[in-house]
Amino acid sequence: MTPRGLGVALAVGGGAVVLVRRLQRQGAGGGGSGGEARSRWRAVTVNRSPEEVMPDNRVPGPLADLGELVEVEVRPAPGDKGSELRARLKTPEPTGVASAAARISGHDPRQRVRSALREAKQLIEVGEVLRVDPTPHGRRSPTPTGAIVEAATKRAAGEGLL
Amino acid sequence: MKALTWRGVNETAVETVDDPTILNDRDVILKVRLTTTCGSDLHLLGGYIPAMRAGDVLGHEFMGEVVEVGKAVQKHKVGDRVTVCSFIACGECWYCRHEQYSLCDNGNPNPALTETLWGSAIGGCFAYSHALGGFAGSHAEYVRVPYADHGAFTVPDGVSDTAALFASDAAPTGWTGADLAGITPGDTVAVWGAGGVGQMAARAAMLLGAEQVVVIDRLPERLEQVRQHIGAETLDYTSDSVIAELKERTGGRGPDVCIEAVGMEAHSTGPAYLYDQLKQQLRLQSDRPTALREAIYACRKGGSLFALGVFGGVVDKFPFGAIMNKGMTVRGAQQHGHRYIPRILQHIADGELTTEHLATHVMPLDEGPKGYRMFKEKQDGCVRAVFQPGS
Repeated sequence: MTPRGLGVALAVGGGAVVLVRRLQRQGAGGGGSGGEARSRWRAVTVNRSPEEVMPDNRVPGPLADLGELVEVEVRPAPGDKGSELRARLKTPEPTGVASAAARISGHDPRQRVRSALREAKQLIEVGEVLRVDPTPHGRRSPTPTGAIVEAATKRAAGEGLL
Repeated sequence: MKALTWRGVNETAVETVDDPTILNDRDVILKVRLTTTCGSDLHLLGGYIPAMRAGDVLGHEFMGEVVEVGKAVQKHKVGDRVTVCSFIACGECWYCRHEQYSLCDNGNPNPALTETLWGSAIGGCFAYSHALGGFAGSHAEYVRVPYADHGAFTVPDGVSDTAALFASDAAPTGWTGADLAGITPGDTVAVWGAGGVGQMAARAAMLLGAEQVVVIDRLPERLEQVRQHIGAETLDYTSDSVIAELKERTGGRGPDVCIEAVGMEAHSTGPAYLYDQLKQQLRLQSDRPTALREAIYACRKGGSLFALGVFGGVVDKFPFGAIMNKGMTVRGAQQHGHRYIPRILQHIADGELTTEHLATHVMPLDEGPKGYRMFKEKQDGCVRAVFQPGS
């Protein structure tokens, strides 16, 4: 690896550590007040009215697929921005080391909630979920940075700040 | 098919890759006629944006012919000659409906990366790393175009392929900066960077009513293009003091609007450049804001700064005191091309905007690695290397 390549790998690796720590902190918090042990509401703003988002109170398909894992609600967004589609786990979120491990392994239920919210928003607004794979590419040489980017993109639909 | 790929830091190659396929009903497949290097590619090439993987197909500024359409596509048919906005936007979310297309909520299938980095995810972009979606680029014989009804624009008869090529990215990026910077008739506008985007920002400023436009660079061939094809004034920062010269040309006020079209790998003279280089190479800052600082310093009291060059992360010694105390307005954006491309194509058709001169070096795709070397090193007066995948 070139010195610059090593620098990039270290920078990305450092960023990953920061990310994991941030995720641990986020996971440690709850959405409630007064010490109530429950999960945080996660939301997407959909550029449609509440009636279009959940007609006859029907939960959008990707969230309905989560069944009893979540509760779902919709409410108007201020400033004519459409609707806030919200979901939260019915069980407390994982915290600490268990949270980081679940996120890295892809077994964190919050990842399913985020993915479902994002998919529901796309289906309501656009009518389809945008795909990128399979995408044309040349030879994938095994490199540390490539491995980090591959791991990050595998979790990208279910991670983030939602 | 053949495609030009990123292999590693400052390394590209022409490889055989799979053909793209329709993945969503709103996709079209384009046979690429022309595709060009862009200054922002150099940040990818040099490893400054680390979310690239070896084998990624490069290229985000292109035009071509529609050869296949998804079943939900309504505006395009096989055979259409189109230019495509480099940003991928759904056209339906709140941001798209408010013409802020590069902020699209739905155009990036990897939202967590930029959401974690910047607090919110922006739209997708062709071949601009996996942080902006991981979409394959246009330096290939064929490319998949998502949301084609919104992002692909039919080229009017009488507009050449080469002229239309730069309506994909350089011209709408320049327009975004000039328009959103709030230029009003009579303004003096200074533009840092005489590359394709800087030149287009300068021309947009003139068409929006600016009375005086000054473009700043160090490369004589680019400054000559500005004088000859754009009709703006020029300033060579290697032979003159930018601050003193701008003060002199503006009656001691400074420009009303400053547009930075350089980005994270700025060059400069003096110790600030060496300082920024050192910190960037040591990864103590991700971007070199040398031109950005100068633009803030040069701007008049109450003036406006627009950051059009690509910045990815954090910068050091940002003169926020000048911004606050001079009462400046600071904005930035990736291009909202969907908003500007139709009028840009019309300006080209009407002879009010010249873009073909940017294509200084046209070559087959097989010569792509050589083209990127020439572009990066500014060899032989290269402003843009343009590839013809079909030749």
